[in-house]
Amino acid sequence: MTVVFAAAPVIPNFGGGSSQFACERANRLFCPNWVSRNWATVLWPALRQHVELTLIAVAIGFVLSTALALTAYRRHWVERPVLIITAILYTIPSLALFELLEPLPGFGLSRTTAEVALVSYTLLILFRNTLTGLREVPAEVRDAARGMGMSDRQSLLRVELPLALPAIIAGLRIATVTVISLATVASLIDNEGLGSPILAAISNEVFKTELIVAGGMAVLLALLADGLLVLLQRRLTPWTRARAV
Amino acid sequence: MFSDHSAQEEGPSAFPQAAALELRNVRKQYPGQREPAIPGLSLSVEAGEVCVLVGPSGSGKTTAMRLINRMIPLSGGDILLGGRSILDHEPTELRKQIGYVIQQTGLFPHLTVNENIATVPRLLGWERRRTEDRVRELLELIGMDLDDIGPRYPAQLSGGQRQRVGVARALAADPPLMLMDEPFGAVDPINRARLQDEFLRLQERVRKTVVFVTHDIDEAIKMGDKIAILRQGGTLAQFASPAEILIEPADEFVAEFVGQDRALKRLGLATLADIELVTPNGTGPGTDRVALSATVRDALSQLIAGGGAPLTVVDADDHVAGIVTLELLGRVLGDGALANGADPQVRAAGAEPRPAGQESPA
Amino acid sequence: MNNFVEAFKFIGRNGQVPGAPPLPSLVHLTLETLKIAGIAMAIALVIAIPLGVWLGHIHRGSFVAINVGNIWRALPSLAVLAIGVAFLGIGLGNVLLALSVLAVPPMITNAYVAVDGVDRDFVDAARGMGMSGWEILRKVELPLGIPLIFAGIRTSALFVVSTTTISALTGYSGSLGDIINNETSYHLSGVLGAAICIAVLALVVEFALAGLQRLVTPRGLKLAGREDATSAFVPIVGESS
Repeated sequence: MTVVFAAAPVIPNFGGGSSQFACERANRLFCPNWVSRNWATVLWPALRQHVELTLIAVAIGFVLSTALALTAYRRHWVERPVLIITAILYTIPSLALFELLEPLPGFGLSRTTAEVALVSYTLLILFRNTLTGLREVPAEVRDAARGMGMSDRQSLLRVELPLALPAIIAGLRIATVTVISLATVASLIDNEGLGSPILAAISNEVFKTELIVAGGMAVLLALLADGLLVLLQRRLTPWTRARAV
Repeated sequence: MFSDHSAQEEGPSAFPQAAALELRNVRKQYPGQREPAIPGLSLSVEAGEVCVLVGPSGSGKTTAMRLINRMIPLSGGDILLGGRSILDHEPTELRKQIGYVIQQTGLFPHLTVNENIATVPRLLGWERRRTEDRVRELLELIGMDLDDIGPRYPAQLSGGQRQRVGVARALAADPPLMLMDEPFGAVDPINRARLQDEFLRLQERVRKTVVFVTHDIDEAIKMGDKIAILRQGGTLAQFASPAEILIEPADEFVAEFVGQDRALKRLGLATLADIELVTPNGTGPGTDRVALSATVRDALSQLIAGGGAPLTVVDADDHVAGIVTLELLGRVLGDGALANGADPQVRAAGAEPRPAGQESPA
Repeated sequence: MNNFVEAFKFIGRNGQVPGAPPLPSLVHLTLETLKIAGIAMAIALVIAIPLGVWLGHIHRGSFVAINVGNIWRALPSLAVLAIGVAFLGIGLGNVLLALSVLAVPPMITNAYVAVDGVDRDFVDAARGMGMSGWEILRKVELPLGIPLIFAGIRTSALFVVSTTTISALTGYSGSLGDIINNETSYHLSGVLGAAICIAVLALVVEFALAGLQRLVTPRGLKLAGREDATSAFVPIVGESS
């Protein structure tokens, strides 16, 4: 099977067959020495970039989709077009979307391209979860809020949004892990994040240690982020665990 | 001690006391519907009185109630609260001054009992300290322990407890008027009776003007100082005291609505203390006893169950107050004495025409 | 915009670059992509659906069935492919394994939730009429669960198509992703043309499956307005974590 490598130029970070380290010459599954030599220069920066990419994309996606969900909450007709557009964006495979954005003016092989694509994958999930969370606030609770003299805004901020929090955070969890996953593919475009060492290792005689460590870091990062958001949800919504005593 | 400074004194509202309520030819027409939900309803409720709106579904009783706090906009007529039109207030300002209790309680699931009760005081910007004191006072009023119940979430309460907290929350800012939409409708019969009794005791103390919606005529008879019976199409069939409605139903519809057993229901309105008992004259009538506070209806039931043997009536201190017999009850029913004795507010049945304006023009 | 014009010309030439030696045709690569995705889906279906349905039928294993889905969502596909390459080397075996493993969880979770969540009243009524466990499954639980089961299949299928193209980045050649991974031979217009093909392919698969779902959904459910479980796997309200 012929493999053509044409990704961005890669600086080899191991000597392959000519390496001075036996483990690396033999391309074993895990060479701790390589990890410690390359942690500060390759792995740590990739992890940091990955976290940055993710935080920016989720933050922008959250603001956009919340604004859209609040609009659709008040004006029903907004819901359908937003759902259709975000669902199409969500359906386009990441590899294709990155490439489709690249030739557009102002995009190119840049972080902007990566972020725009990543944001587009968060919209469907966050929009739908937030809107559903708001819609599922019991009618009698909304009625009570109004009946007690809350304005629309007070009811939204004090009652409806807090009650939608579990659904909103559930959406954030999915959006976050999705972005972490797709940010590895984004390395093709902006050559940063944990995908970058993975692509490097593939084109570098399939260097196994790097594949496993970078891949493993991406998996752990996603699980960690998911876990943190679960903790956040517990902190913010104590009433969801309150059961009859 | 908290309970000493009673609700009315420190109310933040424009109404230091319970306020009279008047519906003047109130009309509600929903857009796109041919018939109005309420074609023209006039009622007046005195301050501190419980007015029950009762009727079958489609009679517009809930609509009428929701017009009062402008949850539904009026189509015509006017509603005066304490002599001022409700249209003079911003809806949100108006609603903060009117207690609101609904069947499903509408307690906020994400807030504790304390926070739920403090909702309106917080909206009104009360000081923290004052709000806390008020919450404490109200929990005491509904017989709940601040340290135990206060920090709980609604999901951690029983159905009855939730209803009580719902009532306390509505009372929080000391409103001159309470609107209650089938407040005990979702509670099982035993707890419902208990909640009704509690609310009546509470009402003795706080003396609010209350508009109470129910579809249950028995509840209406028990809770109401006045009952407005509405019929399909939102017209008023009769507006009178419970005794009056039972003695002299205005028409066929009311008679059917209150039921064939309305004579018995009337007996339920009076207690043995309200009628003149047979004086005990040495001859002990037997060992069966009945409390002076029992309703005449319950006494009758006990008489029948005992095969007609007379009962000894005892007061709270276990002193004999008199004797009740089947014969006595028959006489009482016959001469109409019960109606007068049962309810001092009842003008001799039918003797006085109902004031104009209390009947629907339709 | 010129790039997009060139991209469509590239598609029109069925994936050939003028002046270059013959390249694998776009039609061929599209079919290959579908073939790999199809095989992986078939493997995953055979494992996931019976398992999920069975767990749901006996109302056991909710922890596993639900959490398998939660963990799945957190697995970056490129990372899984990369780790697979480290163990198995570059090749169809690794790609099929990774794709199948990634396709299983949404289908298990949804099949479980679909069958487990069938209103107990219906099951009770069926039992009261004398149906056996197998008959209840076949005549009550499966028909009622179809929308959700199918939603899981759609989620997986879309994911597998997408990941098949990504497998090109890990060196496996034989999908539309190859073109994107080989800008040297194909130039930007070819890469763009392939991206358009991939996007269209995913949308076509999604629409085809959505149509199929409508066909297999019992009419009664459609009338009751309960068939629209479009992407039930992306949970709408926070499931227990």
